[in-house]
Formats: sequence, C-alpha cells, structure tokens
Amino acid sequence: MSEDHHIIPIWFFVGFLLLVYGFLILVSGLAEWSHPPNTVLAELHAPVWWGGLLVVLGLIYCLKYYPRGES
Amino acid sequence: MIAMMAAPTLVHLSAVDLVIIAFYFLLVLAIGFYLKRFAKTGEDFFLAGREMTAWVAGLAFVSANLGSLELLGWAGSAYQYGILAAHWYWIGAIPAMVFLGIVMMPFYYISKTHSVPGYLQLRYGSEASGLSAITFAVMTILMSGVNMYAMAVVMKVVLGWDINFSIWVSSLTVGVYVAAGGLFSAIFNEVLQFFLIWFGALLIPILGMIETGGWHGMVARIHQNFPGQEFTHMWAPMRSFADNPMGIHWTGIVFGLGAVQAMGYWTTDFLVVQRVLSAKDMRSAKMAPIIGSFFKMAVPLIVILPGLLGRAVLPMHLVPASDLQPGQHSFNEVLPLMLGRYCGPGLLGLGITALVAGFMAGMAGNVSAFATVWTYDIYRPFIRKTATDQHYVAMGRWCTLIGLIVSIGTAYLVMNFASIMGYVQALFGFFIAPLFGTVLLGMLWKRVTRAAGFWGLLAGTLSSVGMFTLMKLDRSWVSVFALSPRAQGLAQDMYQALWSCVTCVVVTVLVTLVTKPKPDRELKGLVYALTEVPREEHASWLHKPVVWGAVALVVLVVLQIIFW
Repeated sequence: MSEDHHIIPIWFFVGFLLLVYGFLILVSGLAEWSHPPNTVLAELHAPVWWGGLLVVLGLIYCLKYYPRGES
Repeated sequence: MIAMMAAPTLVHLSAVDLVIIAFYFLLVLAIGFYLKRFAKTGEDFFLAGREMTAWVAGLAFVSANLGSLELLGWAGSAYQYGILAAHWYWIGAIPAMVFLGIVMMPFYYISKTHSVPGYLQLRYGSEASGLSAITFAVMTILMSGVNMYAMAVVMKVVLGWDINFSIWVSSLTVGVYVAAGGLFSAIFNEVLQFFLIWFGALLIPILGMIETGGWHGMVARIHQNFPGQEFTHMWAPMRSFADNPMGIHWTGIVFGLGAVQAMGYWTTDFLVVQRVLSAKDMRSAKMAPIIGSFFKMAVPLIVILPGLLGRAVLPMHLVPASDLQPGQHSFNEVLPLMLGRYCGPGLLGLGITALVAGFMAGMAGNVSAFATVWTYDIYRPFIRKTATDQHYVAMGRWCTLIGLIVSIGTAYLVMNFASIMGYVQALFGFFIAPLFGTVLLGMLWKRVTRAAGFWGLLAGTLSSVGMFTLMKLDRSWVSVFALSPRAQGLAQDMYQALWSCVTCVVVTVLVTLVTKPKPDRELKGLVYALTEVPREEHASWLHKPVVWGAVALVVLVVLQIIFW
C-alpha cells in the first residue's frame, strides 16, 4: 500500500484476524459437534464450515501479503 | 468481565466469545502503536500520507458509513418499513457515489484541499468556510458522543454490560489508536471493521434463507404473519402516501433522498470524503467511491434482509422503542435477536465484535475528521496562521483526545436527557443538504460570488432548522412541507432536505446576481470552466472510472426492476 512508508499491508492484518477468528470458531464448532447449542438450524454445524472458510481466507491473505523484510 | 450484570439480556456470551472480543481490542491497539511511527507530518496524520490505493480508500469510504448505529437502525427500519429501507442503500447512495467519483473528486483532488471546508475556503473565502467548519466540528463531536452512548446502551441491552464500562473502555481504546496513528489508524480499523461486519453478519441471511426456503418462502411467511401489509416491494407501494408504512411518495425518494440528501451526504460530508482524499493519485480518488458503490449495493444483504427475515421467523412482534413495554423488544433489536437465533458460541462473539468494531470505527471516524477540520479549518486560519507542521500534528493529536473527552461528556449528557439524542441526530442533517447546493454551485458556476456562498449556505441551514422546528411544534406543518399528513419521520427528513437545498440554491443565485464575482485567476483548479481535468485517454476501458460508474448505475437499475 505504501511505497514511501513501507507499512505492512492492511490485507495482512485482515488475514491475521480472519485466521485467528476462523481457528477459534472452527475449534469451538468441533468441540460442540455432539452437543450443538440451542440455536435454530444448529444441526447444520455452521461454526465448523464458517470457521473453516475464515481459516482458508485468512491463510490466503496472510501468505499473499506477508511482510517480507520491507518494514 | 466484572461488569456483566444479572439482568436478562438478549444473548449470553461464552468464554470463546469473550476471547474473540478481547483479541479485537488488542489487535487494534497494537496496530495503532505500530502506525504511530508513520504519522509524522500533517499530510500523514490528517490524510494518511495521501497514499492509499483505490481499494483501501474505497473500503474505508463505504465503511465509514457502516457503523453499528446504521446497521442496527436500518435493520430495525427494514423490519418497520420493509424493503423500502433499501432505498437508502441504493438510490440513496449509488448515484451520489458515482457522481462524487466522476464529477466532484477531480476538484477536491486538484485543489489539494485537506477538507470540504478547506475547499470552501479556496472557492468562496473564510465566511462560508468558517460557518461550515464550525458547524461540522460541533456536530461531529456531538455525534461521536451519541454514537458512544448508543453503543453503551446496545451492550447493556444485548449483553448486560455496564454503561460506564462500555463508554470508557471503547473511548480510551479509540483515543489511543487514533491519537497514535491519525487517519492511518482510522482507515486501517475501518477496513478491518468492513471484513468483521460482513463475516459477522452474513450468516444471518444465509441461515434465514435456508430456514424460510428462499425469497418466496420468506415473502409467504411475512404475508401469513402480517396479512394485508406490504413489505417486499420498493416502488409499487409509493404511488401514494397511503400505500406504504413510511407514508412517503416516490417524489420524496427520488428528489428528496436521491437528488439532495444522498448527494449532500456522500459528496460533502467530510467524514466520508476524507477517506477518498487519502487516495494516492487522481485515478484512485475517482475509483475509490465507485468501488465503494458496489459494496454499498450489497449491504442490504446483511442489513435489510435480516430485518425482513425478522418479520418472517421471529415468534414475537417487535414494536417502536417509544411504545416498549416490559418483555417486549423494539425494532432496533431485530439484528441482535436474529444473531442470537442462529449463532452459538464463537459465531456470536464474531457478531458482537463486528458491532463493537462498528461503533468504535464510527467514533474514530468522527474524531479524526474533527481533528482535521479543527486544526486546518478553524485553528490555522483563525487562531494561529503560521506555525510549523509539527505544531499542527501535535494539535491534531491533542484534538483527538480532547474531542473524545467532549464526546464522553456528550454521552453522559445524552444519558441524563435522552430526548437530546434525537435532536443531535437531526441537527447533523440540517447542514448537509444546503452544503451540497453551495459546493456544487461553486464547482459548476464560476460566477457565484463569495457573499452568495455564505448567504446561500446560511439561508439553507436556517430554513432547514425552521422547517424541523415547525413540524415538531405543530403537526399540521407536516402536510405543508412533507406534502402529506401521513408522512413519517424519514419522509419528513427527505422533503426538509429538498426544500432547504432549493432555498440555498435560490438565495445563492439571487445574491450572486447583485454581487461582484471573483476574478478568474483566483478560481483556477476550483471550478469546472477554469480547471484542466486530466483525461485518461491512454487507459484501457477496464481502468476507466467512468466505465465502472456506468456499470454501477446499470446494476442499480436492474435491482430496482427486480424488487419493483
């Protein structure tokens, strides 16, 4: 983003946030697999696939925008 | 969380939810400290070094308007008025964003102004600029306090958190990271917030559509739950004031919202325009609002659709906040209710973090815009004209902190006098519509004079205040200004905006005709006839803002036809 300042791209922070949140939500979803929470459509296990999606997107952003010695 | 209260709440958080919320606070503080080293000059602190790409500036531009007040409020409006609320995201935003990118951005960018009042200073002089700067600064800081209080109330209702705890933790966090990194921090946080809001809220429409069996299933359920009422068409119910729950005619939406209020907000409200001014070059500055327009068009998916789904699936009927009885829920609680309906541990924390991030980004946007306008448009021209750049940066940092302290004071004022909240939000609207008339005439007509700019803006603003007061004091004025006694609050706002802009334009033209214009040499780079806007003849059509602007408008028309 910044040629002059060599700031770590915002997209790296976005990826890091998605990765951490995806991991927490995925683990939480797997932990409650046999005892789903008392929510509507809990049988779809949304935390598992939504958390998984966040992990994948977070990984893509982190790897693509990893700061390689510029800062 | 010692502040958790025993009172009944809409949702209950688990340990993983609290970890998710705490991680967000730690991350934004860490980013703020990291960015401090890059915010050294005035250009860095107030305009993020003018080196943002079109995508970052565009996301920050649309995100500055995607705060939690808007999310909760518009989801509530969608429950109350149906899909009519989507007009504020489509015709009430997209044409204005495209207009900003294609027509107005070149003037803001070429003049190298730091702010919208800064443009008025160059175009008209200190009278119009001072009026605009002072009203903007006061209103911005009041809005920040309202935002802070609203967040604290939401956290209390949804989670049972203590109001003082929410106000102080959020404002201290915002104060630290904005004072450290200036607009860099604010923009970084807005981009993070954009992703959080999408990933935190998108599951609601997805699971809602699965539960209801798709759009047609949802519409069938709404008709079953609320027979004889119309909530799922955008234009058909606006043939007359009586056919829709908002009490509005299509002229109010087209002329009041689309042509005046939206244009005023998206093209002259410095809070959003500041994000585009941070773009690294002219093409990025023109593309940023157009990129933002595509995301804006998609926002009804996570705001309007959950409100409509609330009508279809919630077992209880929500009521206006003013009629709330114990055990009932207000329209504005529809989004947290839907979140609690579908989201368990983890996902709930993500959704709540998105709301907290939205509130904090709103505060950060307000205080960073306040710091810029105070420093560059009030302090520098009227108090200390010659000082070093470092002095102005230090002033900006102090302003951020002082602005937050005033905001906290406003939050407590609103807490003790709840009726003030509505008036503060209304006050903000008084200045936007006439300001659009003043800025647009100044850009397009070189004959407009210094005196005309000031008197037109003042007359438009006073007429807006006058109409608002009359309609509040005596309901019979509603049928005069809003053209129908059935017009509800939003409908009244649209016509009030329309007439105040017309007043501004008429007064500006009349005063122009009897006063002396500025010489051409003083208007170069500021008005259409005297500005050489760089052409993009060598850019491929894929890189031309005008092409993407046209695509955005075509998609807008298609959406109107689909949901007619």
